[in-house]
Amino acid sequence: MKPVMPERHYLNDNYGIRSWLFTKDHKRIAILYLFSVTFFFLIGGVFASLIRLHLLTPNGELFEADTYNKLFTMHGVNMVFFFLIPSVPAVLGNFLMPIMVGTKDLAFPKINLLSWYLYMAGGTFSMAAMVSGGVDSGWTFYAPLSSGYLKTHVIMLAVGVIIAGFSSIFTGLNFIVTVHRMRAPGMTWGRLPLFVWSNYAASLIMILGTPVIAITLILLALERGFHIGIFDPKLGGDPVLFQHMFWFYSHPAVYIMILPGMGVISEIVPCFSRKRIFGYSFVAFSSIAIAVFGFVVWAHHMFVAGISVYSALVFSLLSYAVAIPSAVKVFNWTATMYKGSIEMSTPMLYAMAFIGLFTIGGLTGLFLAALGLDVHIHDTYFVIAHFHYVMVGGMVTAYLGGLHFWWPKMTGKMYPEPPAKLAALITFIGFNLTFFPQFILGYMGMPRRYWAYPPEFQVLNVLSSAGASILAVGFILPLLYFAWSLKYGEVAGDNPWHATGLEWETSSPPPTHNFHHMPIVTKEPYAYGEGEEVPVVH
Amino acid sequence: MQLNFPIFPEQASSVAGQVDALYLFLVLIATFFSLLVAILILFFAIKYRRTPERKAEQIHGSTLLEIVWTVIPLGISMVIFVWGAVLYYHMERPPQNALEIYGVGKQWMWKFQHPGGQREINALHVPTGRPVKVTMISQDVIHSFFVPAFRIKQDVLPNRYVFTWFTATQPGTYHLFCSQYCGTKHSGMVGEVVAMNPDDYATWLASGKAEGSLASLGEKAFQQYGCTTCHRPDSGARGPNLEGLYGRPVRLTDNRVVLADDNYIRESILEPNAKVVSGFQSIMPTFRGVVSEDEIIAITEYIKHLAPQEANPLNNRSAPTQIRDSEVPNIQRQNEQQQKTEQGKKPANPAGKKP
Repeated sequence: MKPVMPERHYLNDNYGIRSWLFTKDHKRIAILYLFSVTFFFLIGGVFASLIRLHLLTPNGELFEADTYNKLFTMHGVNMVFFFLIPSVPAVLGNFLMPIMVGTKDLAFPKINLLSWYLYMAGGTFSMAAMVSGGVDSGWTFYAPLSSGYLKTHVIMLAVGVIIAGFSSIFTGLNFIVTVHRMRAPGMTWGRLPLFVWSNYAASLIMILGTPVIAITLILLALERGFHIGIFDPKLGGDPVLFQHMFWFYSHPAVYIMILPGMGVISEIVPCFSRKRIFGYSFVAFSSIAIAVFGFVVWAHHMFVAGISVYSALVFSLLSYAVAIPSAVKVFNWTATMYKGSIEMSTPMLYAMAFIGLFTIGGLTGLFLAALGLDVHIHDTYFVIAHFHYVMVGGMVTAYLGGLHFWWPKMTGKMYPEPPAKLAALITFIGFNLTFFPQFILGYMGMPRRYWAYPPEFQVLNVLSSAGASILAVGFILPLLYFAWSLKYGEVAGDNPWHATGLEWETSSPPPTHNFHHMPIVTKEPYAYGEGEEVPVVH
Repeated sequence: MQLNFPIFPEQASSVAGQVDALYLFLVLIATFFSLLVAILILFFAIKYRRTPERKAEQIHGSTLLEIVWTVIPLGISMVIFVWGAVLYYHMERPPQNALEIYGVGKQWMWKFQHPGGQREINALHVPTGRPVKVTMISQDVIHSFFVPAFRIKQDVLPNRYVFTWFTATQPGTYHLFCSQYCGTKHSGMVGEVVAMNPDDYATWLASGKAEGSLASLGEKAFQQYGCTTCHRPDSGARGPNLEGLYGRPVRLTDNRVVLADDNYIRESILEPNAKVVSGFQSIMPTFRGVVSEDEIIAITEYIKHLAPQEANPLNNRSAPTQIRDSEVPNIQRQNEQQQKTEQGKKPANPAGKKP
């Protein structure tokens, strides 16, 4: 029997621009976020492409040094604050968290909408800073450079980041309250999908960490605007204090980015292996462990910044502690595939790419946490390669995997499988070609944020730029076939993947109130293989 | 395009080989685990691929396995941690006999001063086979002194001296990069480190147009800024005597004891009221904006060269810096007596803080 679209669902429940801009439906807000983060991702991607284009030649021939500095600043700010942090939580999390716990909306729907408006307001400030001349502080805003020396609109950009931070705090708050208070009957903590666990862990970091970046940037703005000495020694401040405060948020922030991505992988791997997740409670608690340990490792960004040898020792040791729960997750995902019945569909390809690339990203983190070695590779392309392996190879891959996995649920339509598989493959190849050479470049000693570089680094830079052009194709393809699928895609049906989880028990797309009948949960999550027929291979 | 590009940097310092050994160990570990995971997921994906007959075998988990893959990575991590920590500790502890060179970073250049008074810009000449300690400060924003061939890096801060050290092993010319983003011409803040064998180095030093040793430059500045007006060894001095000060503990008015090192001396010139020596008053004006970082380095070098006087501490009120904790009550009594005798003539116990 061919599936048919449900007659009424959240997308056609109401029409008109007002029904979107004033919606309190978490699913519609997720769609608003989907468009906005895609927009910022594309802008950030254009900056990245220009950076890679510029670095084709060693002598800085394409852009002026100041322009180049603005490009990497705006690339970083766009990608970190306006794409990586909101992508999985605000798009997929917003859509799925209430459905996964079996309720009709988030705890505070109006605050949820406010989050999106704050995000857009923050984005507007950062775009304004961009079009009114750009900012060249680097996304790290290090003082006293940014507070006392630069002539660009640092405060405007900082205000954008601060406002967007509140959006993140509200989303985190909403998730935490929803998980605590609004679970369906029978949805015990031990039955929560791992996607919920990991977003819950990320939410803890959002509400505890994000205020610190706001405070830090406000202090920076006070120093820049009113010459109140906090970080600039000329005014009696201490520049290392800025780094402590900045990384106190910005290190945990990488876990805000990666934890929800890990949650996506924990959903995809069991589904396409037709197996329970291996070691559910270990995967769940490793998310919490990452969130907790993540708060006490920040100074590993500062081993050569002039901190004491003894604090460096402590932070190095603690950094290894945070590596362990990540390793536990990787091993559990791998073990989940053992003796499964594995279908290599597009989401699974992305999940497998994630496991491989995140493993490399995580393992190269061990290099950077090793004190004597970090002295050499700190602030080189090695660091760039490392965090792009985690953030692009890990997080963006997970986001794309999740988008493919839940696309039928969000739109009711199937994307076309062959071009999707091709895009996954192109992304994987392009990604590795872009970023693997950067590990070598970094160990050779090429520093970050260099507008021009010695000629012996050129071949590796050209390889990297070539990879970036392939990667760009891999990112553009999904845009095209997702758009195509909205009109021409096959009707997906409620549960095209034969997956477990409450989101698959409602229709696709779900009704505005998510469920036709209030769900009652009687099973553990990932109850694959209980009297099921082996689904058809796509 | 240079097609015969290297993929490994030159090893030109005593620690380079040690850093590379740790790096290669980590490359091995990372390769092993990446391949392990990659091969497993590919193998599983192929061996257990879905066929109409294939049913997944449900396994809930295994506490034993969880323990195994927690403990093994933890063990390996601890090996890496200890290895990295030992190496770092070594890299952070310069040998006592190191040749001392001073560096100043500014947007966007490196300036270096040798003890013999030689100065260079964006170049640093060093001898091979001898530890060299580079003490640095920034005139503006944070920079970072990075010599890939030596595997060393140190952020250079605007408010205090930091140092790095190395022993060059191979004569040659190596990249010096600023690795902390410092504004427009960050990538132009580069230079070279020239390692020379000791004979060539001696020749180079002799050919340098030094106007006199760094200490003698400091002495000139010391007089030029009128420091000698107060910082004199005689008993009428209004500031502490600086002879033999360097490297000694100093007791402050609030009874804290601090070490008179480079950072202390610099702070005392720029923020005289921050740490006033016990027995003196905060009458010294700040020299911020007057004296340059280069001059402060020279003055500090001069103070280092002031040999301890053989003066008798009891009548040398101006040298409380050399006093041990146990002698403090004596000094206080002495100060009180002098205050009584001098009352009426001038304010009690006049003195600035040192320098």
